[in-house]
Amino acid sequence: MSRTARTVMFAAAGGAVAVFAVLAVVRLPAFGSPYHPYRDHAFLAGVAHDTANLVSSVNFDQRGLDTLGEETILLASVMGVSVLLRRAEDEEEHDDRSVGWVLDATRLGGYIILPVTVLVGFDVITHGHLTPGGGFQGGVVVGTGIHLMYVAGRYRSLERMRPTTPFEWGEAVGAGAFAAMGVAGLLVSGAFLANLISYTGFGQLFSSGTVALLNGAVGIEVASGVMVLLAKFLEQAIVLRRREDGEK
Amino acid sequence: MSVYGYLVAFWLVLAGSFGIVRSRDLIHSVVCLSVAQSGTYVLLLSIGFQTKATPPVYGSPPSTPTRSVTDPVVQAMTLTDVVVSATVTALLLAMAVQIHKRHGTLDPDELRALRG
Repeated sequence: MSRTARTVMFAAAGGAVAVFAVLAVVRLPAFGSPYHPYRDHAFLAGVAHDTANLVSSVNFDQRGLDTLGEETILLASVMGVSVLLRRAEDEEEHDDRSVGWVLDATRLGGYIILPVTVLVGFDVITHGHLTPGGGFQGGVVVGTGIHLMYVAGRYRSLERMRPTTPFEWGEAVGAGAFAAMGVAGLLVSGAFLANLISYTGFGQLFSSGTVALLNGAVGIEVASGVMVLLAKFLEQAIVLRRREDGEK
Repeated sequence: MSVYGYLVAFWLVLAGSFGIVRSRDLIHSVVCLSVAQSGTYVLLLSIGFQTKATPPVYGSPPSTPTRSVTDPVVQAMTLTDVVVSATVTALLLAMAVQIHKRHGTLDPDELRALRG
């Protein structure tokens, strides 16, 4: 299809969507109104299970099955990237790992911020049921934090710090642990992903039952997943190179 | 003025889709998809907003939990949305890398046939 035809089709369809969107939007409940029926139910259910972070309560307790689906998407796409970005037959690894010249200030900044970032990431994961954040957010912080080593210009050290195999396992173990806790809930109380552990102490570190544990499982999975993803992309950019020794 | 947030959301979805339709580069398409998806974040968060409400995170007692918070259900959905968007973006970028290796181009109009 030509670009013009495509654009004309889009203008027609996009215009229709825009008109219906405006018609729909003006009849929505007013912006900022106190009418939130889902919020009211989520509030009661979250407080009943002593979960101070209601978003985590929704994600890991009330709608845990959704989150299982979500992390399955994560697992599938990490697997997809690993398969797509593997070393091809006509490529080879080369030894030159230089990533160019790095400013001394950037290098120093990377070294100083790396441990702080990783620590903050673990903090965000472990307090996911109490404070803003959780396994997904903290996992991304940990996974990318390690890669500050690359920003500091030390690709070789980064490779030593995060060999990919354990993190491929971590990805699977995190996803498996989530599913296993779901099955445990099914066996003990008859509901998949039921919150089994007693949840006393609103706002305390040991509260909210399985929400904290599921947060941890997701944290492991996301941190490992981000680590594998970034490793694969960096490998494409730095390590792999098309073989030059003539035709195959 | 009260529908402003919703209109921004639909604007982002349409602007992102327009970018995909007019795209001459697959990396550009992937970024446009992210723009379109961020419209859904704005829509969800606008629906959950309540004037003068606090975030749905209570911290430690003694503060008694109050019902007057922004909607945690749509915020949890936004979180799901962001995660899925990020992982799908990674997968699409990996596909773009492969396409560039095999075809030597990233222009979607020049990609006519499948090649292994």
